[in-house]
Amino acid sequence: MSELPAEVQEWIGQKRYEIEGEFDVEQGYIFTACASVENGNPIFWEEKAANEITQGVIAPPAMISAWFRPHFWAPNRSEQVMPLQVHFDLKETFSLPEAVMSDNTVTFGEPVRPGDRLSTWQVLRTVSGEKKTKLGTGRFWDIDVEYVNQRDEWVGTESYTGYGYRRDPQ
Amino acid sequence: MTYPIVTAREITPGDKLPELSKEVSPVTVVLGAMASRDWRPQHHDHKFATEKNGVRDIFMNTPNLAAWFERYVTDWTGPYGRVGWIRFRMKDSVFPGETMVFSGTVHAVDTDDTGCSWVQIDLELVSGGRLTTVCTARVAIPSHAGDNPWSRRGAEWAPRAAG
Repeated sequence: MSELPAEVQEWIGQKRYEIEGEFDVEQGYIFTACASVENGNPIFWEEKAANEITQGVIAPPAMISAWFRPHFWAPNRSEQVMPLQVHFDLKETFSLPEAVMSDNTVTFGEPVRPGDRLSTWQVLRTVSGEKKTKLGTGRFWDIDVEYVNQRDEWVGTESYTGYGYRRDPQ
Repeated sequence: MTYPIVTAREITPGDKLPELSKEVSPVTVVLGAMASRDWRPQHHDHKFATEKNGVRDIFMNTPNLAAWFERYVTDWTGPYGRVGWIRFRMKDSVFPGETMVFSGTVHAVDTDDTGCSWVQIDLELVSGGRLTTVCTARVAIPSHAGDNPWSRRGAEWAPRAAG
């Protein structure tokens, strides 16, 4: 870790970018998400199934990150808000113009339901030294994203491994 | 109406999940990105993806991949299946014009300290003939008829990482 800038070393383990979602969880988006992967699970489509099995309508757990992703545009906003801002901070700090996600782990907690308002924060866990891959030269990093609902109940944790890089000259 | 219930008693390590095939079009990729509210251009702008990212086309985004794996697992378990933990590694991207083929094998069946039954599944996604994603999922299923993992709350719901 000694080769990391002091600023980046400070970020490791620190709770950053704590925000509340811009809108409540809503069923229209649940249908859109299910349609995108042709998910016909009746707990997302049929009220009776939802009542019987999940004690009411829920969102697909894998939608968890969708509920806090900012609108592409909003009035009175001067800068575009980026989800997973820690990832973009690292790209900028290390001057790595490109990035991909390689690993994604998600642990799911309490079900998310229409009307819920989720909050989230990000924690940088690790940053590697410089590494060369087939994409270019850059660094790997691990970021955890925590989610809770309006009752402070844990609803999930996502862990991402990102690789920021610059393409090597051809 | 009753809904299908697959219980832990019916599942054995080594069991295979039925394969799922899906042809990927630009709409598949764009719809998936929009449904997950991912506006980044590499998931809808061919020129950006090819010239800026250096890949051959727009490609499927990470949250939508997670949604495909979730759907694949719960197609098999039925609606009582509750995914608790999932990890996937993307070795390559999924592009329009390819056919995605999901497959899976039961790795283990276990019961945690709260009495919840779990199935651990090894999953693969082959797209365009390339192994693009490997995945491990742990899904809670009823231990017997009448059990329902979705009714678990608080300390009774304790998903853990694959061992």
